[in-house]
Amino acid sequence: MRVTLSSRKVQDEFVKKIEELSGQKILACYQCGKCSAGCPAVSEMDLLPNQVIRFVQLGLKEELLESQSYWVCASCLTCNARCPKGIKIAEVMEAIRQILLRRKKERVVVSRLTDREREDVPPIALISSFRKYTS
Amino acid sequence: MKISYYPGCTLKTKAKNFEESTLCALKTLGLEVEEIDRWNCCGTVFSLAADDIIHHVAPIRNLIRTREAHSDAVLTPCAMCYNTLKRANEKVKNDPETLKTINTFIDAEGIAYHGDVRVFHPLELLRDELTFEKLAAKVVKPLTSLKVANYYGCLLVRPKEIGLDDVENPRVMENLDRALGAVPVDFPHKTECCGSYETVDHPEIVAERTMTILSSARDRGAEVVAVSCPLCAFNLDDRQKQTAQLYSGFKTIPVLYFSQLLAIALGCPEESLRLDLHYVDPKPVLKAKGFI
Repeated sequence: MRVTLSSRKVQDEFVKKIEELSGQKILACYQCGKCSAGCPAVSEMDLLPNQVIRFVQLGLKEELLESQSYWVCASCLTCNARCPKGIKIAEVMEAIRQILLRRKKERVVVSRLTDREREDVPPIALISSFRKYTS
Repeated sequence: MKISYYPGCTLKTKAKNFEESTLCALKTLGLEVEEIDRWNCCGTVFSLAADDIIHHVAPIRNLIRTREAHSDAVLTPCAMCYNTLKRANEKVKNDPETLKTINTFIDAEGIAYHGDVRVFHPLELLRDELTFEKLAAKVVKPLTSLKVANYYGCLLVRPKEIGLDDVENPRVMENLDRALGAVPVDFPHKTECCGSYETVDHPEIVAERTMTILSSARDRGAEVVAVSCPLCAFNLDDRQKQTAQLYSGFKTIPVLYFSQLLAIALGCPEESLRLDLHYVDPKPVLKAKGFI
């Protein structure tokens, strides 16, 4: 993947917004990779968790917004448990999701769920899915 | 200490087996609990966004209901409800501003919440209040030779601040098994995520997780897998159908709630186990061992 780095990107509002929404000090990450090592969803991810943090650190907003990684994150909190710097990577994933969801771009469109889907899965699955994938 | 009971949405529907076995077991142990009146859905997940307050209202409202019932504590078997209620509780206890905002927002409730309710999980109650020694003495049908792999999933143990046991190597369910006469089987995937809400849009992701987790348990000799969450139960049990379709050589294994094992050991009637609500039928294994 080819990316262009610039100080303008690093200082962009986007980085500040992520820090604000996640409540995390993004620059504390020294890329040890323990989050990615522990993440059970990595086989489905294009950017690994530690790469997501790196991209946020560098303000690579366009590349980040094309990634699918934070949509397959199941908020299992293993990354949070393992980080030696106490960074809550799961909160950073949530922040990126929220930025997109708050633009009214829903991931699960409730009206498109089939009757079968609504019947088969338990309420707990539907509700948590709506919580994570709709604004 | 007066304890109220919070079921959550799924224990009243798909996971009636979890509710009935838990309530029967608690009754047998002399730990009767009363269901909260007018409870609402807890929200299932704790919102991780720093500016989000509205999603903490639902769990806090349940804690107000607990107070209205003149209880000091609320007991909930569902791991997701436990996690959400406890995290919301800790958040408002440590953040008076947020608590004030929530109380103002729901002032129509009539009483404000002051952070004075404790959130319990049945495993905590058994381990800390009753103790496993006393529990073992009340066992009438020991689960002799039943090899149980205990699947904790995520929300019982993470984050560390609210987890009821060690984050990486919890032991409470293994100790419960021994008290009930069963044989716990340790396996490396016991705290690895089942895929959770991915099951709605991407059941194939869950099928892969199920394949990994259950094969790991089976390879170490487990005959059943015990869980404490209706979503884990759905993903590990019902989704075995998709798993078998996607992975040839996958062998099914019954998934039970820890409370069902507890209920059997304490002599609860078979009807309270609601074994009809499982996808992979646990009756053959249980019959073969003489437990039902």
